[in-house]
Amino acid sequence: MSPKSFRRLERAMPWIVILGLLIAWEITVQALHVRKFILPPPTDVYAALIQYHEPILLNSLFTLENTLAGFGIGVIVGLVLGLTIGSSRLIYAGLYPLLIGINSVPKAAVVPLLVIWMGIGQAPAITTAFMLCFFPIAVNVAMGLATTEPELEDVLRSLGASKLDILIKVGLPRSMPYFFASLKVSITLAFVGAVISETIASNDGVGYMMLQAASQFRTPLIFAGLFVIAAMGIITYMLFAFLENRMTGWALRKQTIMMTGG
Amino acid sequence: MSCTAPPSCGTSAKLQAPFLTFENVRLRYGDADDSLALNGLDMTIGKGQFVAVVGPSGCGKSSLMKLATGLLMPTSGSIVAEGKPVLEPLKIVGMAFQNPTLLPWRNLLSNIMLPLEIAQPHRSRLRANRKMYEGLARQLLETVGLKGFENRHPWMMSGGMQQRANLCRSLIHEPELLMLDEPFGALDAFTREELWSVLQTVFMQRAFTCVLVTHDLREAAFLADVVFVMSARPGKVVATHRVDLPRPRTITDTFDPAFIEIVSQIRREIAHVWHGQTASGSPQ
Repeated sequence: MSPKSFRRLERAMPWIVILGLLIAWEITVQALHVRKFILPPPTDVYAALIQYHEPILLNSLFTLENTLAGFGIGVIVGLVLGLTIGSSRLIYAGLYPLLIGINSVPKAAVVPLLVIWMGIGQAPAITTAFMLCFFPIAVNVAMGLATTEPELEDVLRSLGASKLDILIKVGLPRSMPYFFASLKVSITLAFVGAVISETIASNDGVGYMMLQAASQFRTPLIFAGLFVIAAMGIITYMLFAFLENRMTGWALRKQTIMMTGG
Repeated sequence: MSCTAPPSCGTSAKLQAPFLTFENVRLRYGDADDSLALNGLDMTIGKGQFVAVVGPSGCGKSSLMKLATGLLMPTSGSIVAEGKPVLEPLKIVGMAFQNPTLLPWRNLLSNIMLPLEIAQPHRSRLRANRKMYEGLARQLLETVGLKGFENRHPWMMSGGMQQRANLCRSLIHEPELLMLDEPFGALDAFTREELWSVLQTVFMQRAFTCVLVTHDLREAAFLADVVFVMSARPGKVVATHRVDLPRPRTITDTFDPAFIEIVSQIRREIAHVWHGQTASGSPQ
């Protein structure tokens, strides 16, 4: 295979896999006569998407809004937290177990508490999205800071550099690839958080819509909701992957050069 | 070692003014019995002198570097730089390690100029005099043979080139003291010898004081005016060796019987010391 056609195939691969999966699904469901409220064929899901496109669009925008708001707070908190625990061993020792504890708590279990505090709707959804997504950002940024070579720190300290100098000149740029890598993971987690909360405590959003559809056995609509969430997740993921490539290309290029032995 | 060519003994005049003095320095990490890194270390480094420190691995050579630059404080004993006790990190130092630690997100020129963004007085002058400083950086890159690579990124360059750049970064702010911790340890033999000559050229041009930690005896003899031999842990200086060969020394000189004799003499001392016997000190 020529390199050019290989690259064309590489770009087509995701579509081939998704399309293949949908076709296999369709054929299996039709052949085994699975009942539609158990597992609808993709064509029915598509029909539901078309039929209910207006409520789906409105609810998706609501979910997207919550997700992005929670994600935005998560980015700021995660970055600040990561920089703090990454640059101070004492703060790291103090906060790390606590953070792991917070991260281990199932977020669905916290939503009822959030409802008591904030009521239902947007506020608990944003909070849940935030709680799910700040942790990977904080851990990654802290890890990035930890990769600063001790020799380089010595070099800079012997020049009279303060801790802040080292953080700004070396630590921060060094942790940026880790930061951007974590954004991709975090945005998808933020979707999970928002939808969980909407499922439990909201009158809007994709999560609420799916719960309503389930109570009426409108399974194709549930799947339509799932598809929309997945699509939003993929698009935002790719957006951040693109951003990562643009902002910290040096880290990726370094790897490819090293892999080819250059 | 006696002086064969009188003009080459110019360095001995500089020896009159000690630049850095270690007196009975002891360094302990923690409380364990084997935590003693240095014990009874005495060392005097003259201004403008090129000093090499050789010793077995783990003898505290790197601790020595940190002590000399004030990044670490001794448990007891005194360290004096230019007549003043070292109580905080010195700010007249350039450092280079085996790992070049160039910043991958910066090109070569801006990597080299990093110390200027930190060390005073350059820090406050950099913005207004960027052109002038850039000129200095380009000049330095040219000296080490990196002209034309200013806009390359470190990951586009070989280990030898990165190490040349590392050397430039340690010198750009014109430090009075250059500390090198096995800077050529990871390079192949040819590149290493090439860089010896590069370092010697810069040393002769800029007249700074240089401390080179190495385990390569040929490297030590080629570059240094004085070679200190350290004992195994806890480290101290067990032999001092003057190398009074004229500069510039060439790689061809390293095959000269006189040079080979110096290296093998150091090697004998080291074999003597490192095999557990107490050393009788300097052979002089």
